[in-house]
Amino acid sequence: MLLDIVFNAFNGLIQGSFYALMAIGLSLILGLNGVINFAHGTFMALAGYFAFTLVPYTGFWGALVLGPILAGAIGYIVEQLIIRRLYLRDPLYSLLATFGLALIMQDLLRTIWGAQGLPLAIPDFLNQPVSNTYFFVTGYRLLVVALAVISTGALFATLRFTRLGVRIRAGNADLETIAALGVNIYLLRSANFVLGIMFAGLAGILAAGQLGLTPTMGDQLIMPSFVAIVVGGVGSLFGSLVGGLIIGIASGVTTAFFPAASEVVIYLIMGLTLIIRPRGLFGQEGLFE
Amino acid sequence: MSPALREKLVQGITALLLLTVPLWVGYVGGYTDLASRVLIYALAAMGLNLLLGFTGGLSFGHAAYFGLGAYGTGLMLDYVTGNTLLALAVGTLTGGLAALILAPIAVRRRGIYFSMITIAIGQMFYFIAVRWNSFTGGEDGLTGFTRQPILGVTLSGTVFYYMVLLFFGLGALLLWTILHSPLGHTFVAIRENQKRLTFLGIRVERYIALSFAISGVVCALAGGLNALLDNFASPDDLRYTLSGNFLIIVVLGGMRNFWGPLVGAAIFVLVQNYVSAITQNWMTVIGLVFVLSVMFFPLGVLGFFRRRSRS
Amino acid sequence: MTDQSSKTGKVGRRGLLKSGAAIGAGIGAGLSAAPMAAMAQSTGPIKIGHIDSTTGNFAVLGDSAIKGSKMATMELNAKGGILGRKVDLLVEDDAGLPATGLDKASRLLDQDNVDFFIGTTNSAVSLAVAKFAMDHNRVFVCSGGHVDSLTGSACNWATFRVCSTTWMLTGGDSKTLYDKFGKKWYFLTTDYAFGHSEQADYTKQVTGYGGTIAGGALVPVGTTDFSSYLIQVKAAAPDVLCLLLAGDDQINAMKQITQFGINKTVHVAGALFELEQIAALPEAARYGTWTFEWYWNQPGVPHVAEFVARYKKLYPGLYPSARSWFGYVSVHALALACAKAGSTGAPAVAKALEGLVLPPEIALQPSAPMFRAEDHQLLLGMFPGSVNQHGTYPHMFNVFNYVPGATLALPADQTGCTISYPA
Repeated sequence: MLLDIVFNAFNGLIQGSFYALMAIGLSLILGLNGVINFAHGTFMALAGYFAFTLVPYTGFWGALVLGPILAGAIGYIVEQLIIRRLYLRDPLYSLLATFGLALIMQDLLRTIWGAQGLPLAIPDFLNQPVSNTYFFVTGYRLLVVALAVISTGALFATLRFTRLGVRIRAGNADLETIAALGVNIYLLRSANFVLGIMFAGLAGILAAGQLGLTPTMGDQLIMPSFVAIVVGGVGSLFGSLVGGLIIGIASGVTTAFFPAASEVVIYLIMGLTLIIRPRGLFGQEGLFE
Repeated sequence: MSPALREKLVQGITALLLLTVPLWVGYVGGYTDLASRVLIYALAAMGLNLLLGFTGGLSFGHAAYFGLGAYGTGLMLDYVTGNTLLALAVGTLTGGLAALILAPIAVRRRGIYFSMITIAIGQMFYFIAVRWNSFTGGEDGLTGFTRQPILGVTLSGTVFYYMVLLFFGLGALLLWTILHSPLGHTFVAIRENQKRLTFLGIRVERYIALSFAISGVVCALAGGLNALLDNFASPDDLRYTLSGNFLIIVVLGGMRNFWGPLVGAAIFVLVQNYVSAITQNWMTVIGLVFVLSVMFFPLGVLGFFRRRSRS
Repeated sequence: MTDQSSKTGKVGRRGLLKSGAAIGAGIGAGLSAAPMAAMAQSTGPIKIGHIDSTTGNFAVLGDSAIKGSKMATMELNAKGGILGRKVDLLVEDDAGLPATGLDKASRLLDQDNVDFFIGTTNSAVSLAVAKFAMDHNRVFVCSGGHVDSLTGSACNWATFRVCSTTWMLTGGDSKTLYDKFGKKWYFLTTDYAFGHSEQADYTKQVTGYGGTIAGGALVPVGTTDFSSYLIQVKAAAPDVLCLLLAGDDQINAMKQITQFGINKTVHVAGALFELEQIAALPEAARYGTWTFEWYWNQPGVPHVAEFVARYKKLYPGLYPSARSWFGYVSVHALALACAKAGSTGAPAVAKALEGLVLPPEIALQPSAPMFRAEDHQLLLGMFPGSVNQHGTYPHMFNVFNYVPGATLALPADQTGCTISYPA
């Protein structure tokens, strides 16, 4: 029984690191661009399909690098054509634009690659358990956790130590001031959007390796990340990370005892957070209001 | 022609058109149930617009109250009563009550944060409906109920259309009355300058919560009618995609305009219906409607024409 | 925003009340014009409305069914149609959603005045359309929704079904599995009606043979991560792990089972598996024992090879799946019934479908399935077999044997169905 809980908690941690990866991408875009990116899940699928097409030429590892970059390139075009024009308007508009964008992209994915599920081949050595006792720790899942750790680590280092990172953080806190200080905030926002989409792309390819590709694969994966952001606190990247891990573990443990509630439990956690600490665990008071 | 006169003329023509739908709808390639759907979505969107357009609260989870109205109505007919009106009333109250309880939690935050919370709350109801199989029918949706005759009158497609029109009229009257009362003026004042009202000592949160709850009631009524139209309630009635559809209906028609959602609903429902019959790629068309309308017609159809007629 | 305030001043509440009063007057006018009944056409084309998924979760399966029904329609028209009238097949997308399916059904009826409905892959859509069709006096031949109740407790006079019930699916391979792989079973079951009834059916059959149930878990639809469940499976150490999951869930589960190495010690099996689904699996995850409802490779069975050849010619590169066959049968069954009844009227065609035996060139299997009169279920045969791990499309499946449907279906008096025609 206890072992069961430990197993499932650990398992939830693995799942949670995946949620965190998605949540951080969303959270970046939400922070500096002020956009709730409803197309995030579709960008995940897009990168997955790019990877699927690339694998025969570049192998899995090449696709894992190139897929997010290509998705980021599409993200750049989308930002230039649509999102950029909506920054000055009410958030309602960018939200609806990304919602519509998700529909269009999903339809294009279906038209190009078909509605049937496609398998994304992953290297055989990753497709095994690392030990017999901990058979649920496969090489692939370790890879997911490792990449989540590395990429978020790299992101935090970038934000902390590079000029771009400092500007993104400053922009998060007060966009008007840094604009007045001569920073080109349009360029900054484009870069940030692309960065967020690349995170989505990485998460998408990793998910596709585990789940296979369908045009709608992102839809069901993305909701827990919304909750992760609310729990962690809007505006705090670290909060999104912690939020992702918390809901991963919570739903992992719940699955062991009451599978039907494994989704509802994350919303209950969110409700509780909002009642006790409305700004979220690591959110700042008064941001985005 | 003076603007006031023209306005009255347009309203008169609209009322006449709505009242005579069953006479002409077949000749323009539509059907009565489709017209009922337009009115139902318009009612839901008008309810949402009280919060969105007139109070300034961007909720992305109002499908939840629509869906609760649908399930409440359906479950009553399934398990409790054969009285269609009673079932509709209970459904409306169920959705309204949920909105009343959840509003204070949601309004603790504003702006984008508020939207995120409303999405998440909505999805919670979606998952409850999907998972609680034995009670809600789960993924398959709630079936097994049929709208029962009211006072001996069988609710055929045409009769039901007039029932929907009647409730649409009542809902519109309710919203209109609220908007022209001091309460409504407070809502609009919150939208225009929340800070000023806070400084004036007004408990802004309470008013937003009230607007949230009222709009939830209207959405729930629409949801109940939708369940009666289909004789069916689906988890998709609760899903965030439907919330998105309601928002675009509001924006499409013009969210500063009382009747905007009616225009938006007519456009949205008809486009979806016709396009999906013509092409498999209907999702792209709907997606383009979203993207193009927010980019080029932020004030919606009515806003667009009003602005043109002024210049 | 000045728009709003300028608006408020001009119309006033009175205007609104006036239009409210006008509603009452209008109701009278509208009602009298209501029965704008469409004239019965007896010379124009016969219209068949095919509602199925071309988008959404069931799109791949729905596409195959549509390909089948289109092929049948072309064949009929090449031979002069039905009762000398051309056949029009009108396809509408339900996106796998019941509400959309109903919208499309009303559209097909009100606008196109279709004579028949066929199609649907999602069980919920099937149930919704079945009721709608009956309410509007149209025959509905359901091609692809498996839920037991459609030809059980929720059956009606106007609804017929081509694909099997879940009971028939489980019966297809339970005996084989029990004999070959062992007594101790564990279930991973989709937490909805379809899954529940399959697990109940398997449990009844396996315990009937003398087996035991080591445990089971109900898995929510749309589950992507199965690790928690697989931890429990590993602990229970069954002989047979029976997967009763829908669509993508089954594919995800199978991949994770391979990754955890569980299929090395436990035999994985289940009820329904489809050609379209196997193609979506990476090679490592192709394994197990399942039931097909129809298979293209039936050496020695008359007409099958010709059918496959015609299909390949029409849709280059593709082989017919069970879904294509469902669509094909749905249209042909209606044509046969119309010919038998000499009419396209709903009750007459329904009566003609009752007891209709599919001729060999349409049955395309060793026995001749019949629409059972008592519950309107087609008694099609089952093809239990194993997945061909290293096969390439379309050689994905090895059929063990063919089980005629009549031996699998619940006896007619146990389905819970009573058919009664309107007076």
